[in-house]
Amino acid sequence: MIIRTPKSYDLKETSVTKEDIYFNRRKFLKSSLAAAASGFLGFCPSKNLQAEVQQLSYKTTKWGKTLKPSSFEAITSYNNFYEFGTDKSDPKKNSHLLKPKPWTIEVAGHVEKTGVFDFDELVEKKTLEERIYRMRCVEAWSMVIPWIGVPLNKIIKKLNPSSKAKFVGFTTLKDPTQMPMQNTNILDWPYVEGLRIDEAMNPLTLLAVGLYGKTMPNQNGAPIRLVVPWKYGFKGIKSIVKIEFLSHKPPSSWNIQAPQEYGFYSNVNPNRDHPRWSQKKERRITGQSGFAALFDDKIDTLLFNGYAEEVAHLYKDMDLIKFF
Amino acid sequence: MIFRSTAKLILFIIGLAPLTWLVTALTCDSIYGTMFMSVDPVQKLNRELGDWALIFLMVTLSVGPLSKILKRKNLIALRRMLGLLTYFYAVLHLTSYIIIDLQLDWHEFVKDVTKRNFIILGMTSVVLLTPLALTSNNISLKILGSKSWKKLHYLVYPAAIIAIIHFFMMIRADYHRPIMYASLLLALLIYRIWTIEIKNTKIISRFRSKI
Ligand code: HEM
Repeated sequence: MIIRTPKSYDLKETSVTKEDIYFNRRKFLKSSLAAAASGFLGFCPSKNLQAEVQQLSYKTTKWGKTLKPSSFEAITSYNNFYEFGTDKSDPKKNSHLLKPKPWTIEVAGHVEKTGVFDFDELVEKKTLEERIYRMRCVEAWSMVIPWIGVPLNKIIKKLNPSSKAKFVGFTTLKDPTQMPMQNTNILDWPYVEGLRIDEAMNPLTLLAVGLYGKTMPNQNGAPIRLVVPWKYGFKGIKSIVKIEFLSHKPPSSWNIQAPQEYGFYSNVNPNRDHPRWSQKKERRITGQSGFAALFDDKIDTLLFNGYAEEVAHLYKDMDLIKFF
Repeated sequence: MIFRSTAKLILFIIGLAPLTWLVTALTCDSIYGTMFMSVDPVQKLNRELGDWALIFLMVTLSVGPLSKILKRKNLIALRRMLGLLTYFYAVLHLTSYIIIDLQLDWHEFVKDVTKRNFIILGMTSVVLLTPLALTSNNISLKILGSKSWKKLHYLVYPAAIIAIIHFFMMIRADYHRPIMYASLLLALLIYRIWTIEIKNTKIISRFRSKI
């Protein structure tokens, strides 16, 4: 018999999604009624034109075994991806313009293997694993997402940075023909993010290439994005085209936009409020809609999003309120 | 007279349409699993109600100038109901915030209305609109007299300015929507000042011709 002591990352979840049972009658009824209603009201249901979604093979891991993932619908219809629009429904509607294949990623800075890598070169298929993580958005909502990806530290070890590399900087694609909002100046394009090297090397940090067992939907940051589960969601930069190893702290987009609201670290912290709202609690987006979701109890936000056991040591002597 | 009351009835029905739609959408989502209100109806509902409060506020303010420009004095008769619809949606916006968003966490609410500027401004706007809603009836008009009643109702302008600043402050990146409202309000204010000026010059010239 295996005796498991629960770790902080698989905290018991009480208000979680009921996994959709596919193709049952109710669902069929629901979707046909929805289709009828949207047709009747003249709404055009957004077609998903992205490159064919492929099944991935991966190994499962201990991470998030006890968490109940939010529905695929929730994860792919409620996104902050300002390159495609500022409303959370925009990325699903507009991200068909993104061409995630073929895709290259430039590696630069204090690192042995510099150059432009093909996606498949950098992400070896056989190294893929599933990680079910909580995702806490800075806007006080959260989801549980079954990511497929490679731990960033595996890739970093392969690239072999020098001792001068103290930080890692990431850059999103900049191409207004694929990302229409880049024609506006609502943010300083391209989107950039960064981590301290020890944060990047932490076993939790993931370069995700898919979710729910399939290749990454465009609206979630295809074909490759960062996932740092103990930080607010916006640290998880999407559609990465460049990884740079740096001796100095790299800029990060939301910090440039509003430095008093979004810090470089942006660790999930219920004790440090956003100037406009409290971070003590969060709304768990499960995929439920309607009144049930409207009156669902909020849940307490946990320090480091519940991953303190794995990451608290990274910030041992730091004032987390000052370095937010 | 019949025109006015039918028009009012129609306006009343139109005015309640957004709320009817929101409730219907939520009901559909609950029963059929549709996603009219997205997977996060808490945010969607609150924002929709805020939007409608501001839309009705802007329409209310446009009635005066429109009736003059279109030379349709009877439009003025619709202004009271538009104002009350504004207040109705503003109060619903506030109520949804307290009940659904904060889940009646009064401790958080007190923190919000004392610490968070954008909430303080929203609250200020509602506070300014309250006496206007309360005096939007004939009895109040009689008691106050038309002059002080009018003076009181000038509060709608600071209320609108503050509501739009509130809107600006909740935006994270894309300011085009609050800019639209701000431009409309600016145009209305300019029109107001301009017409007052014309009135004044008329009075002055009349005064001069008398001397
Ligand atoms: C006590 C009073 C008020 C409170 C507590 C309040 C609270 C809020 C909150 C929490 C949001 C959403 C912020 C977000 O999602 O990030 C919001 C947005 C908004 N509020 Fe208010 N508000 C108040 C009064 C008003 C008034 C009087 C108006 C207009 C007449 C108004 C118009 C708006 C608008 C237009 C938005 C933006 C909605 C959107 O993004 O579509 N609010 N308010």
